Amino acid sequence: MSTLNNPLLEAKGITKYFGTITALENVDLKVHAGECLGVVGDNGAGKSTLMKVLSGLYKPSSGSLYFQGKEEILESPKDSQNLGLEMVYQDLALAGNLPIGENIFLGREPTKNVGFLKFLDFKKIKELTNAHLGKLKINVKSADQKVEELSGGQRQAVAIARSTAFNAKVVIMDEPTAALAIKEVGKVLDLINSLKKTGVGVIVISHRMDDIFSVCDRVMALFQGTNFAESQLSNTSRDEVIGWIMGKK
Amino acid sequence: MEEKNNKKDSLYLKLMPYIEKYGILLLLVLMILVMHILQPDVFLSWRNVTNVFKQISWQSMLALGVFMVIVTAGIDLSVGSIMMLSLMVLAIVAKAGAPWFIVVITPLIAGFLCGLFNGAGITLLRMPHPFIMTLGTLYIFRGTGNLISGGTPISGFTDEVRYLGHGRIDLTWLGLEKSQYLPVSLVLIAVVYIIFWFFLNHSRTGKWIYAIGGNPSAARASGINVNKILIIVYSLCGFLSGIGALILAGRTDSGYPNAGLQSELDAIAACIIGGASFFGGRGTVLGVFAGVMIMGILRNGLNLMDVSSFWQQVLIGSIIVIAVYIDVLRRDLGTRK
Repeated sequence: MSTLNNPLLEAKGITKYFGTITALENVDLKVHAGECLGVVGDNGAGKSTLMKVLSGLYKPSSGSLYFQGKEEILESPKDSQNLGLEMVYQDLALAGNLPIGENIFLGREPTKNVGFLKFLDFKKIKELTNAHLGKLKINVKSADQKVEELSGGQRQAVAIARSTAFNAKVVIMDEPTAALAIKEVGKVLDLINSLKKTGVGVIVISHRMDDIFSVCDRVMALFQGTNFAESQLSNTSRDEVIGWIMGKK
Repeated sequence: MEEKNNKKDSLYLKLMPYIEKYGILLLLVLMILVMHILQPDVFLSWRNVTNVFKQISWQSMLALGVFMVIVTAGIDLSVGSIMMLSLMVLAIVAKAGAPWFIVVITPLIAGFLCGLFNGAGITLLRMPHPFIMTLGTLYIFRGTGNLISGGTPISGFTDEVRYLGHGRIDLTWLGLEKSQYLPVSLVLIAVVYIIFWFFLNHSRTGKWIYAIGGNPSAARASGINVNKILIIVYSLCGFLSGIGALILAGRTDSGYPNAGLQSELDAIAACIIGGASFFGGRGTVLGVFAGVMIMGILRNGLNLMDVSSFWQQVLIGSIIVIAVYIDVLRRDLGTRK
């Protein structure tokens, strides 16, 4: 863990209004390479809004984002992907009517040229998918299986596989274990730990203290759209973090 | 016991895609068989078969355009009006004495621009649903077509302009009789359908069209410019309606105010019969072709048997309901709950 170095991703003074509603006010966040940051907060505290700002889906009303020390303006999710910022959404953001492989490569499909035309390279998609799923030890019947035919846990696995298929530097996960069976939770947490070892910065949004305390290095709490508290995990306790969620210090 | 279930499961999983893809063709073959038994002398005669293809020629273009729109979970009610407006533009340009190669391009451009207008309205004006935008342009385009033509038919085009809709490919060199020709419009249908099959199944844009229909927020989160793709889809739909206008100009030798009236509903019906889902993301080009054929054969067959056109309406409506109900049953079996 390289907390002393410059952060990989840093957000400063993020404010986001929706009409007259203030969803985020002057929020700071940073994550280092190989570090896992846990973000906690009650419903409506602004966690998901903050993540959508980081992924380029929402433009902040004010504030700035720095990636590897350089200020970046994200116009769309494409921009954040190009930087190596990947998001695993709570609603999974998968197209159920498409096969697993095509979901993993959606928007970034490998192609082959036939004359001046570009055709999808289905063989390559399948090969890369099998190799990647194998690396993450994710078992599915076939890469050609449609996502709507999968169980909740398998869908989550595909969503995580999707986020890590392109040499991600920072992976942001919104409630990664919320929809999972207990034995699948462990697998996802293992996956997060192995991502950290490869130097990826991970941000986990979760309600589950078990998740936070088994994979995170640092935890920060949002309360009513503002930074409320932050600590190294070794310097805090479950009860204290639960107190932060409810707005008590 | 579990192993047995697994085996059954995997067999089912293997068969599902084929049933989904080709099931509709079974219905088509069945209809052809029934018609052949009912009308053994006429139905499969060269003359009648080419007739069916000529009759479905322009509808098949509208249906293909509407199909792409339906895959994105949208709808285009204006295709009939786009075709009429494109046809009127063609007629006016032809009457003004423009050379044929200009005349044949005009409906394509007009159709494309109408589609672009739809796409821009739906995305940039943020219309709550494509139904509303295209309902509006259904009136706007037909009204414009009547305004520019004065609401009267304009007839008489040159052979070059009529070639795609009316041309015949002579097959006497194959030892066939003079009456056994191939309509140019049939070749055109085949070429256009194959091109669009490739586009939808083997290009990134085509894949994104399906992804948008499957889950628009997933497409957006994947960095796909959803609005841009939607504008492309509606523009192509308009372009195909323009091709429809060119075919119709050839077939009827006339631009007339009632061209394509209510044909948007036929186009939607063909897509639905062909297995496209109104919720988007589902359906095949082959299915649309089958849907168009089923409607064409039904009309043709009932005409041959001298059944009143009122019964045709009842039957086509019933087929829509039955086809979708079969689809509902199939989906119940196919998707995990």
